[in-house]
Amino acid sequence: MINEKIIFAGFGGQGVMLMGQLITYAGMFEDKEVSWLPSYGPEMRGGTANCNVIVSDQAVASPVISYNATTAVIMNLPSLDKFEAEVIPGGILMINSSLIEKKSSRDDVRVYYLPVNEVANELGNARVANMVMLGAYLELTKIVEPKSVIKALAKIFGTAKEHLIPLNEEALKRGAALVK
Amino acid sequence: MAKVLMKGNEAIGAAAIKAGCKHFFGYPITPQNEVPEYMSKELPKVGGVFVQAESEVAAINMVYGAAGSGVRVMTSSSSPGIALKQEGISYIAGAELPAVIVNIVRGGPGLGSIQPAQSDYNQSTRGGGDGDYKLLVYAPANVQEMVDLLQEAFDKADYYRNPVMVVGDGMIGQMMEPVEFKERPHVDLPAKDWAAVGTKGLRKPNVINSLFLQPEDLEEHNIRLTAKYQKMKDNEQRYEAYNMENAEIICVAYGTTARIVKNAIETLKEEGINVGLIRPITLWPFPEKAFEVLPETAKAFISVEMSMGQMIDDVKIVSNGRLPVDFYGRSGGMIPTPEGIIGKIREMIGGAK
Repeated sequence: MINEKIIFAGFGGQGVMLMGQLITYAGMFEDKEVSWLPSYGPEMRGGTANCNVIVSDQAVASPVISYNATTAVIMNLPSLDKFEAEVIPGGILMINSSLIEKKSSRDDVRVYYLPVNEVANELGNARVANMVMLGAYLELTKIVEPKSVIKALAKIFGTAKEHLIPLNEEALKRGAALVK
Repeated sequence: MAKVLMKGNEAIGAAAIKAGCKHFFGYPITPQNEVPEYMSKELPKVGGVFVQAESEVAAINMVYGAAGSGVRVMTSSSSPGIALKQEGISYIAGAELPAVIVNIVRGGPGLGSIQPAQSDYNQSTRGGGDGDYKLLVYAPANVQEMVDLLQEAFDKADYYRNPVMVVGDGMIGQMMEPVEFKERPHVDLPAKDWAAVGTKGLRKPNVINSLFLQPEDLEEHNIRLTAKYQKMKDNEQRYEAYNMENAEIICVAYGTTARIVKNAIETLKEEGINVGLIRPITLWPFPEKAFEVLPETAKAFISVEMSMGQMIDDVKIVSNGRLPVDFYGRSGGMIPTPEGIIGKIREMIGGAK
């Protein structure tokens, strides 16, 4: 049974809302039940933008994740402080070690420190750091197929940004390689 | 048709256009701004009209005027904006015109906050405007239900010649869920022979009006309106009953709060505690029918709301002394947690079980 509850959190501009939307779309393409709930308003001020994503094979009851996240994807330091406690014991904490030097205080979750900005820079585009992280996430959880994520990306990008798909595909692969 | 992923507010716009809404008048306010944004972009493509009015008061009066000409028209706003529209809503009800009003509720009173709330229950169901009038009020719990009910709202508004309100909260407005625009059954609706569309000199003019200076006339008008509201009470009550068999405690919750209650119910079920849920889908008429037959195991009701307790009065009315009615709520933009609800229910049952 799948009942994945993911928090994606980081600075505005790091593409955390997009990461959440891609997983949500991909889940929908695979006929799973999904919801995407963004933070908005004053919550967004002061360093963190975040969204709650649920992918389940049963109808989503509450779209709110409240100390029951199965995975938290943390892209910046304020988000680590704010969200590391939200992950259930045995859950996954993915930390962008390119920007966060601090270690997690949790010893009851699986913690992965991933230098996603460095990998993105190696690919020649710092903006795909979120996709590197997403690739690692997909490899760890297998919640949806990477090809569904690419399909979702094609939908969001439209024809104007179609040429960026191969770069994003590569970023997903490099992310997956980080945790293989 | 295939499912698409849509933000609640955008889905409201798409559903309205699907239902034949060609006219939208509004004034911006968070957290519903994606509704006017969507309408401003999409309505011109279908030959419709979008106007950003100079105020909420102006917007609702534009709705009044458009409705008087018989077209399908909608406005949307959020709590304090809906408060400003109340005068116009009363006029539209008094003049017996169809219109759809969306309220994406935020914390109050006053300007309050921009986070989700359900503290406009009384404003929606008791009438924030003057006089003996009622609105048909829908409260969807997910984006799909929002899309379905919003389209139906236009039919019901036309059928009853009455404004229909659709109430969501900031959460349902901002979240994305898959939706499907299903083929809808054809509804036979009466011709709009009352609309003020010009006589071409062939008939007496139709008059759109809510002023009756003769008390006898106004009383007669009110008696007729009340008969219409009674018909809505008889025919339009809607609800979902969930896990009611052997329920010890029955939660009453609507909209997104009902979804959080469901999580609490599932957790308590694992502990062997049976809790049911009655989810009003129509806030007015309140679904009295759901309360007619209760499980013999039921010991109490609890109204769970994102407010300080407004629907609790209706639960007490329908309980009619049969069972005690308790309350759990968060307000001001705080969202109830399953843990909070579970804690309250455990307390009601008597300690940890």
